Amino acid sequence: MTVTVPEFDVEAVRRDFPILQQRLAGDLPLVYLDTAATAQKPRAVISKIVECYEQYNSNVHRGIHQLGDRMTTELESAREKVQQFIGAGEADEIVFTSGTTMSLNMVAHGWGRKFLRPGDEILLNPMEHHANLVPWQLAAAATGATLKYLPLTSDGRLDLDRLDELLTRRTKLVAVTAMSNVLGTINPIETLARRAHDVGALICVDGAQSVPHMVTNVRSPQIDFLAFSGHKLYGPTGIGVLYARRQLLESMDPFLAGGHMIREVYLDSSTWADPPAKFEAGTAAFIEAVGLGAAIDYVQSLGLPRLGAYEHSLLVYAHEQLQQIPGVKIHGPGVEHKGAILSLTVDGVHPHDLSDILDRRGVAIRAGHHCTMPLHEFFNLTATARASLAFYNTRQEVDALAEGLQRARKVFRMK
Amino acid sequence: MSDPLEDPYDDHILDHFESPYHKGHLPHPTCSHSDRNPICGDQITVELLVDEHDRVKEAYFDGKGCAISQAAASILCESIEGKTLDELKEFQAREMLDLLKVPLTASRQKCGLLSFKVLKTMLYSLDQQQEPPSSG
Repeated sequence: MTVTVPEFDVEAVRRDFPILQQRLAGDLPLVYLDTAATAQKPRAVISKIVECYEQYNSNVHRGIHQLGDRMTTELESAREKVQQFIGAGEADEIVFTSGTTMSLNMVAHGWGRKFLRPGDEILLNPMEHHANLVPWQLAAAATGATLKYLPLTSDGRLDLDRLDELLTRRTKLVAVTAMSNVLGTINPIETLARRAHDVGALICVDGAQSVPHMVTNVRSPQIDFLAFSGHKLYGPTGIGVLYARRQLLESMDPFLAGGHMIREVYLDSSTWADPPAKFEAGTAAFIEAVGLGAAIDYVQSLGLPRLGAYEHSLLVYAHEQLQQIPGVKIHGPGVEHKGAILSLTVDGVHPHDLSDILDRRGVAIRAGHHCTMPLHEFFNLTATARASLAFYNTRQEVDALAEGLQRARKVFRMK
Repeated sequence: MSDPLEDPYDDHILDHFESPYHKGHLPHPTCSHSDRNPICGDQITVELLVDEHDRVKEAYFDGKGCAISQAAASILCESIEGKTLDELKEFQAREMLDLLKVPLTASRQKCGLLSFKVLKTMLYSLDQQQEPPSSG
């Protein structure tokens, strides 16, 4: 399959990322193929964070002085940037959290534990990251609700033929990833949202991999809960987002309690602030939130659809190159159903050893189960090696990956 | 200072990985223990046949996982046969890593030490089973 590579000046974009300019020991270039684990940061993000610390760092919301005023303005401006980035109706529907995992736990705790009853069902599936599985296990155990699993097809997509049987009036929530962090599978969120709402269920989407690489619009289809992380979106660690419809945020219980999330505090009881403050107890990671805003500005300046198109062309090239190598199997669906993530196994070479050999050639990938033990169990795999692509990667870097795999096969004396 | 390009996959490791020493099972082991590293899927079982002088007569291993973990288990079995349990109690992690003859990063050391950990756990529980010495 030939694909026209859309015009994209990747070398210019790479110059925006300081970390990509380095040479590793042995004068090797850094070939960073682990963006699904964490993304690299453009200078614009780094500079914005430094600017905060050097010029107006001060606590938000509470201060009257000019530094506090500036910092608060920057924080709330970042909140609006997130709102626009995901198409939310109001900025108050954007809760800053410490990341995807925190966001999902907040839903499981604040919505799940409050509203789930014995006999209620939560529909999951085996490809979910542990962050979108384990909190639901705990919520179900605490409330008497049951977990149901939509099976996968042999090529790692959701088996929608089984949806009628498993998504019923007993289902109260469908929890699903928009893009698998292992297989890259892009799930049909539009269909799942519509079918969930048809039976009176809500939909909770893990957007950790999808939000940085595909345009997100939480009002079309209507998504009830969306979680994602800043550090995978070219922003800093320690910051993420929970989006939820206003009505849900108003009815949910808060997760952490303390300062800022209250309206009145008496000795024996307290009342809650309105969302989003209700879910932002304590001192916000305000610098990191501003950093996230800068990351969104950067991505928007390049244009997410353009970046996505380039990443897809790189994915297609990677599939072509790697599938030619004997003994290499890329798990999951074909390129038309996935984002730019490749999890593979090589006959006779354990993913760990593969990762080690690639590392010695400056190529950074990841090996293990990638926080998806049920997924690996489903496909009878102990571990996989995962390469993930971003718009700062190049065809030459894909070639380096392919060469590394060939080298590994030679080292292990595979024919 | 080791050359960072130097693969740990020299002949020593690869030979043990491809033609492991005593990979399999003893018909009547004196003791056996398994462990795994769930993070990466390495898994090792070690079985010992210990004679009446508390000396390891035979050591076997089984398992699956990365080349470092499996080769290390083979190297371990080869080196502990003929040693007494007391000698094995003195056996340190550093010495185990030296047996592998190749430098390993911290995360790969975990793979290299899995069989060592299995052995040590087994020795510890053997200790627990023995009668305490009489006092006074």
